[in-house]
Amino acid sequence: MSKPLFILRDPLKCSGCRLCEVACSLRHEGTVWPEASRIKVFELFPGVDVPHTCAQCRDYPCVKACGYGALKPDERTGAVLVDAEKCVSCGECVKACPGKVMRLHPATRKAMVCDLCGGDPECVKVCVEAGFNALTVIPYESVTLHVYSIVPDEVSRRLYETLFGE
Amino acid sequence: MQLYGYHGRLLEVDLSRERSREVEIEPEILEQYVGGRGLASYLLWRELGGSWREVDPLGPENLLLLLTGPLTGYYPGVKLAVSGKSPQSNGIVGSVLSSEVAIELKAAGYDGLVVRGRASSPVYVYVEGDRVEIREAAHLWGLGGRETFRKLMEELWGELKRRRLAREGLTKEPSFVYIGPAGENRVRTAAVMAKIAHAAGYGGYGAVMGSKNLKAVAVKGFGPMPRAKRPELVKILLREAWRRLVRRTGFRQWGTGSGGYYFASVTSSEPVRNWQEEWHANRAFGPQNFEAHWVKRYWGDYGCPTTCMKISAIRSGAHRGALTDAPDYEMQAYLGANLGVLEPKACIYLSSLADELGLCGIQTGNVAGFAAELFQRGILTREDIGFDLRWGDAKAFAKLLEMIARREGIGDVLAEGTYRAALRISKEKGVDALQYAVVSKAIGVGAHGVRSAKDFLPDFSYAVCVQGGDHTSAPTGLRGYKSEVSSAFDDSAVICSFNSIRELAFPLLQAVTGFDIDEERWSREHGRRILTIQRVALLEGGPDLRWRPGLDDDLPPRFYEPLPSGPFRGRAANREEVAAKRKEYFLSLGWDEQGIPRDETLEELGLGFLKPAVSRLRSELEHGS
Repeated sequence: MSKPLFILRDPLKCSGCRLCEVACSLRHEGTVWPEASRIKVFELFPGVDVPHTCAQCRDYPCVKACGYGALKPDERTGAVLVDAEKCVSCGECVKACPGKVMRLHPATRKAMVCDLCGGDPECVKVCVEAGFNALTVIPYESVTLHVYSIVPDEVSRRLYETLFGE
Repeated sequence: MQLYGYHGRLLEVDLSRERSREVEIEPEILEQYVGGRGLASYLLWRELGGSWREVDPLGPENLLLLLTGPLTGYYPGVKLAVSGKSPQSNGIVGSVLSSEVAIELKAAGYDGLVVRGRASSPVYVYVEGDRVEIREAAHLWGLGGRETFRKLMEELWGELKRRRLAREGLTKEPSFVYIGPAGENRVRTAAVMAKIAHAAGYGGYGAVMGSKNLKAVAVKGFGPMPRAKRPELVKILLREAWRRLVRRTGFRQWGTGSGGYYFASVTSSEPVRNWQEEWHANRAFGPQNFEAHWVKRYWGDYGCPTTCMKISAIRSGAHRGALTDAPDYEMQAYLGANLGVLEPKACIYLSSLADELGLCGIQTGNVAGFAAELFQRGILTREDIGFDLRWGDAKAFAKLLEMIARREGIGDVLAEGTYRAALRISKEKGVDALQYAVVSKAIGVGAHGVRSAKDFLPDFSYAVCVQGGDHTSAPTGLRGYKSEVSSAFDDSAVICSFNSIRELAFPLLQAVTGFDIDEERWSREHGRRILTIQRVALLEGGPDLRWRPGLDDDLPPRFYEPLPSGPFRGRAANREEVAAKRKEYFLSLGWDEQGIPRDETLEELGLGFLKPAVSRLRSELEHGS
């Protein structure tokens, strides 16, 4: 029985190798599919890599925004689960997501978000195996209230300053 | 026939007619040529073979090919193969760089992109899903690498978000390749660039892009990689590849840059002052002297846990603002020791400048070293150059790089590449400048000398390589005579040579494509087929230069001069040995002793279409024309 968990991201340790994307899409789609990966690494400037995925905001704005009951948090892991049957692809969850993590699947057009792989996220496994530790799993209790994902453009801008100055 | 691992179609953009269309490729062709360099050789010969000698590589009739391979997206470390008729060798070079354009092309539903014609004014090509646009690029023309990257990313990423964010969420950024000022000015040593320091340098394809008025190609795809024949096996093989690559900790930490110190001091095979020496006692190079400038411990390309790249940034002092990758061994050697520059910061600065200008670091280091030797010998004077070009003077070399990229003064001559510049200077000065040109088939050799026989290339390698001085594809001593076909595999499956693990790559190729190709069959059939087309195209050459079998299948003269210093002092390549090995090598490929493919070989490899060209080459050789 897994406890609610959180994927901690450290962009300073991210090499931009995208093993997380490959592993995620292999697991969820059975093939390599960058746009269908639930975690994405943005490289808006060379070497400035921003791993971007769901932070499971405690107030779940996406779940609240869904008028069709297609989204609900997993009680075990805290991940947002999508009921594809109920999803009508209206995009309200996309609009509500503060970090712009939630999106519609490029092929099925259903809401798509990190499901934490049921408690043992593939992306974290490959990142740790590769020795980067840019992604790690921590218990959700250790996360401060109101943590949410920041849009990658913003992280990228701050990271650029940290890495290259100016 | 059900295709796996491919879409079975290319996107063709005609810049002259401002049109684009999809072109199907027959599954049999894909099986015979696989992708990347192999497919490029076939397509180029099919399109241009009939008039190869007349085709000007910098004319609108040349094609620019950006091709993927069946392992794109699957094999660790994405690569894109760039090709066309080379403005350096006049043959076909498969020039490979790391760029996610390969993944995006696959995601957009194509196995590659073919660019024809010439735009009437600067443009860039933008592919978004199934939409293809030729867009005006006047605002990008003339910009250096970093500004080009910044502006294009801002423009395209902003547009993608405006169009898609509210409706379907945040899509990943687009990917692109571009040229710097050097490519725009058709400098024959210009590279096709990606990110800040990724370059397809060999072959001079930056100049081909420039000749087409094409500043960049940007691609954004949304789909998956094409279906694999055995997806479950692919997963297993991929995991195994990751597991093995992660264990290579030394290479992950220092990349090829660990060689700067090692090669010079131990193997005596590093270019020093235009290859006058291959050894130096300076100990300023080596990873420990560069890593202090690294702002990221690791930097990797798509799907690559090896991450041999680093970003070097200089934040203060004279070279403030320099930003490049590592520099890797080739840059340490060619924009360092070969210019007598033995100060890490200065080497980072010159590498960064070459990136900015869109120059191939290897070719540029080669031609700049050549010019400096001519200055040292008094053949080129202060009046010719405009300043003193002394060994170790990074500022002077920086000025020279700018002049080459902008074709100013002596830069206009040097922009033709070492070989053509040597021909012209010989004529104007009445000297034999070719003896100082360290090139093969007009392509500057990699930073691996053959005189000490301690590096990975055997003495005859550059003489026979169908890609000229390309150190990444010349036959190596380690894998015997079959190694040239082996590198043709990496460039055709389009995978990173550093990550290429034979016993995983071939099974992966089979699992993805379903083709019955193993290493043995590749060596016997596919590799030889590709090299044979490349060889014929190289000998056909033209319009400005052609290569004479035997005479031009030789090492640069410098490698026959004894090493003047270091632990291997006195060693040199031996003419008789090189000639004997060359002959044996050609025979092993099914060519005659002059390296002209035999008719039986053409039959065996299904290359009957080469016969007219081959018989003409043969009769010309007999009649001594």
